[in-house]
Amino acid sequence: MSAPEGLAVVMPAAAEPLVRRPRAGMGWLFWCSLGWVALVLLAAACAQWLPLPDPTRMSLMSRAQGMSAAHWLGTDGLGRDLLARVVYGARVSMTVGLLAPLIATFVGGALGLMAGYWRGWFGKFAMGAMDVLLTFPPIVLMLVLTAYLGASLTNLTVVLAVLFIPVAARISRAVTLALVQREFVVAARALGATDARIMLREILPLLVLPMLSFFLFSVAVVIVLEGALSFLALGLPPPTPTWGNMIGEGRNLLESAPHVAFVPACVMFITVLALNLIGDAVRAVAEPNRGH
Amino acid sequence: MNGYTLRRLGRRLAYLLFIMLAVTALTSALGTLLPGDVAVTMLGNEATPENVAALRAKLGLDLPLWQQYWHWVGGVFSGNFGESHRTGEPVLQAIKDRLPVTLEIVFAGQVLSLLIGVALGVLSAARRDGWIDRLVTGSAFAMISLPGYLVAIGLIYVFAVWLGWLPAGGYVPFEEDALGHVRCLVLPVLTLALVEWPVFTRTLRSDMITTLREDYILMARAKGLSSRRILFLHALKPSSLALITIVGLTLGRLVGGALVLEVIFSLPGVGQMIVDSILTRDFITLQGGVVFVTLGFLLVNFAVDMLYGVLDPRIRHVGA
Repeated sequence: MSAPEGLAVVMPAAAEPLVRRPRAGMGWLFWCSLGWVALVLLAAACAQWLPLPDPTRMSLMSRAQGMSAAHWLGTDGLGRDLLARVVYGARVSMTVGLLAPLIATFVGGALGLMAGYWRGWFGKFAMGAMDVLLTFPPIVLMLVLTAYLGASLTNLTVVLAVLFIPVAARISRAVTLALVQREFVVAARALGATDARIMLREILPLLVLPMLSFFLFSVAVVIVLEGALSFLALGLPPPTPTWGNMIGEGRNLLESAPHVAFVPACVMFITVLALNLIGDAVRAVAEPNRGH
Repeated sequence: MNGYTLRRLGRRLAYLLFIMLAVTALTSALGTLLPGDVAVTMLGNEATPENVAALRAKLGLDLPLWQQYWHWVGGVFSGNFGESHRTGEPVLQAIKDRLPVTLEIVFAGQVLSLLIGVALGVLSAARRDGWIDRLVTGSAFAMISLPGYLVAIGLIYVFAVWLGWLPAGGYVPFEEDALGHVRCLVLPVLTLALVEWPVFTRTLRSDMITTLREDYILMARAKGLSSRRILFLHALKPSSLALITIVGLTLGRLVGGALVLEVIFSLPGVGQMIVDSILTRDFITLQGGVVFVTLGFLLVNFAVDMLYGVLDPRIRHVGA
């Protein structure tokens, strides 16, 4: 299975952007995606103020019901309200999904920038270490680390961040390597600028867009990986709702109540799709020469 | 084989060895970090501390970490990957038993997704910006956002629950029941194919569009060759370099077991073994599994590098 497992295909690589002409406006798909992601974020942030039932309250009278006025998206196998669980589940998905890539972008980005700038022993050593991490089967690393640390929100975030640091470092180093040869960097050096100044003032601004596009794609992948962990019984334990463990629990009810699995599955799919569309648009802006 | 090729080969092998050592040392360290004592697990809760200590000494668990690792590495070089602490089964045998299951679904899935991927990639490159192209590109983009486990659940729902045509999971050995064997592999293979094709299609499409602009394609067209002949005989091979890389990466990763897939469909493959070994703290088995997965990944990529030269003679001569 590709998406949840390999970091090798973290970025839907070597394909041209779907949004063809960024100059002529971003297109309605882009704005819809942005709207959906904003909605999910808002719902996750304000979950406790929304008029929703308690996502962990079970009710044996209303198990696995379909959609109704009382339960807009129906209830799960233990009679818990699915809409409330999806909204509270978004908290976990979005927290892990935003924080892990954020850490990876900053740590990996800084590492890659320095490794690309100081190509001596530091660069060699840093990239060697990243290579080892990249060769290590990512899902095994993730499973062992979560099994060791125990599944909690913080641990999940840290583990997933570690997983993405080498990828971020690679991208940022590649961009830096191309930039250090350019005239404006040579000129800055000739003017006597310090290494730190060149890195922060000359190179960093040009790293922002590629790293942003990496960030957006990894948010999508992290959300998917959280679900994969839940499937392998290593995600956040119940009763905390996450999209992953909701789908996992719903899987056992496919025969009697398929909507229990399909509601969180649809929400996850739309969110991941929206994030990929936004990432694609950003990449189209970041690399205007790519594509045809 | 000239001196250059030999030196390059030697350097790559040394690098391979280094990566393998680093990766296994890392697993070793991670494995001992895992909470829970294998000796206690093996003996049960009633074990006396003396018994536990004796067993730990027998398994070599009382030695310092680097000695345990060194001992293990020594064993690997003489073909001994150790025995599972949990079942006593030799790890090499365990991998050999589970490998056919993994290889079968991975190769079948890969072939199927390549067929779909190449067909749709060529088609949409040939009809660029037409409605077929837009449909293919759009659905490829949507499919990339669909994680494998969701595809698996969808397929289980349609074919196992709703239509009742295929089993939802489980494994039947070929010797026992050939038809049952095929039936239980259809859904995992289909899942794999559906997940992989979009990447292949996107990669091939974008390279093919570049190739179709080359002069020799115009020349072929001017000679009056049929489009099919031009697309599949003249344009496909030079456009497939990036595709081969992606296939190599995917294959290398999957040879180690499609973990989530094997767990969802309860198939006894290498991936399932690795997941079990983590959940039961059986880290000798885990160690063997990691060696196997990493080696598979590195070797497939190595083979891909060699293939480049066959596909594009320009690469073969560089530095020769």
